[in-house]
Amino acid sequence: MSDPKKPKRRDFLFTASYAIGAVGVGAAVWPLVDQMNPDSSVKALASTEVDVSSVEVGKSITVLWRGKPVFIKRRTEEEIAEARAVKLDDLKHPEKDEDRAKNPEWLVMVGVCTHLGCVPLGDKGDYNGWFCPCHGSHYDTSGRIRKGPAPQNMEIPKYEFINNNTIKIG
Amino acid sequence: MSDHSYVPSSKLGKWFNDRLPLLSLSAHLREYPTPKNLNYWWTFGGILTFCLIAQIVTGIVLAMHYVAQADLAFASVEHIMRDVYYGWLIRYIHANGSSMFFLAVYIHIFRSLYYGSHKSPREVIWIIGMIIYFLMMMTAFTGYVLPWGQMSFWAATVITSLFSAVPLIGESLTNWLWGGFAVDSPTLTRFYALHYLFPFLILGLVILHIWALHIPGNNNPVGIDVKQPSKDTVPFHPYIVIKDLFALLVFLTLFAFFVFYSPNLLGHPDNYIEANPLVTPTHIVPEWYLLPFYAILRSIPDKLLGVVAMFASIFVLVILPWLDTSKIRSAVFRPLYRQFYWILVADVLVLGYMGALPPEGLYLLITRVATAYYFIHFLIILPILGSKEKTMPLPLSISEPVLNGPSDIAKDNKTNTE
Repeated sequence: MSDPKKPKRRDFLFTASYAIGAVGVGAAVWPLVDQMNPDSSVKALASTEVDVSSVEVGKSITVLWRGKPVFIKRRTEEEIAEARAVKLDDLKHPEKDEDRAKNPEWLVMVGVCTHLGCVPLGDKGDYNGWFCPCHGSHYDTSGRIRKGPAPQNMEIPKYEFINNNTIKIG
Repeated sequence: MSDHSYVPSSKLGKWFNDRLPLLSLSAHLREYPTPKNLNYWWTFGGILTFCLIAQIVTGIVLAMHYVAQADLAFASVEHIMRDVYYGWLIRYIHANGSSMFFLAVYIHIFRSLYYGSHKSPREVIWIIGMIIYFLMMMTAFTGYVLPWGQMSFWAATVITSLFSAVPLIGESLTNWLWGGFAVDSPTLTRFYALHYLFPFLILGLVILHIWALHIPGNNNPVGIDVKQPSKDTVPFHPYIVIKDLFALLVFLTLFAFFVFYSPNLLGHPDNYIEANPLVTPTHIVPEWYLLPFYAILRSIPDKLLGVVAMFASIFVLVILPWLDTSKIRSAVFRPLYRQFYWILVADVLVLGYMGALPPEGLYLLITRVATAYYFIHFLIILPILGSKEKTMPLPLSISEPVLNGPSDIAKDNKTNTE
């Protein structure tokens, strides 16, 4: 009681108890939060193999990977040339087409608009690529955002050619 | 208030009431002094209570037949419509009930804005009301996902993707919400759990809303304080109860029209197509009651800022009691505010209409102007009006305008504000 500002042993006990209590509550809450994350069975479906032998030049197929559509497009010479001719300065999210399509004939990308997750429509829009009907984002023949509210290019998933006819996504 | 003096007449009643004063509570609710000049815009509190109870009752019954699993959900809704006795009726009441609920809540909110019910000393009632409104939107959204049609699926995708705008943690946050890498069965199941939870949170908040209301008592169309109880008030029962019931019957006529004559008018035909993650419907539109916010979201060409603007448009309502600085509550005595009020109503209707149209060309321009005006109204016009507006003299009591007309009464506003 003599000096109200000087911390007392009781203050130390209070602080220590609150700290331990907070850690305990945190440890109890974490499982309740973490259970909402993608579970093991969802993660187990992480890769898928696709036979692309029947895809003709200029056509594309859509496959489902981890619940999302993936566009596999066999591009024409003009489409490749158009994608490669774009200057990086003109892009909202600058990425070279060479980096997006290792094998220039094949463009493999997650067919989800980076704005709010709709599936864009193929061979549409001002840049001959994709157009998202939900909120009007235009993508070019490399799947790069050119106009509209989407902030980024459509995502390129991890994939590899197992042989000439088969792509493994994921 | 008067209920403190309440003594039950029977011995058993007195015994019980001494242990748990439910009878005192009931007496308080019956005698609760209510301003005698309340108009029909004040009946929507009762109508909303009815809507909440109707949604909970029909919802619990639907839950007995619905299956919250992606492969079965769509079929289980059709099972309710075709096989379950009166399933069609119960589901149509529940689906149209949400629209009727929002119709009533919008009238209720705009009533508050017109008569200044959000102002001191009723700020807490208002804020609780806004939390209820926000929870209603969450409940409606999670409920809309459950039938697992195309609109359900894509509404869920678009709205949950809003969280991907959060810097740094956006993607892991959306995956956490989904329980996967896209909207799928885990998303549906958790939305169902939340859809069942939220109405009970709303119910609890409604009790707090009414409790907070019963501290200062009702505002009224004149917007001045009334002495309670006095000749300015009438007991809640039977006067207000009967009036509320009559208004509810009129409201139910409209409700029944939708349920029996055009149960799908407010819905969207695409939702009778089962969810397909590979195809987005060409034109995604939320339910009508969310359109103004959807328009605000789309009006801004930047993803993060669009999401921020949408949430800000709701948050600005929460802090309204401190933005609307005028001491005069009722728009009846605020000639300028009255005009701006109707411009705001028109603005919100325009936003709603634009939210249903594709975001391009002239529509986009109109949406942007309307969005800007929405924020200007709350953040600039209201604070300026509070200090600059020349208000009309307030009557001394709510009886005076009836007896003498509003013009020849006291000029001193101060007497009515403390």
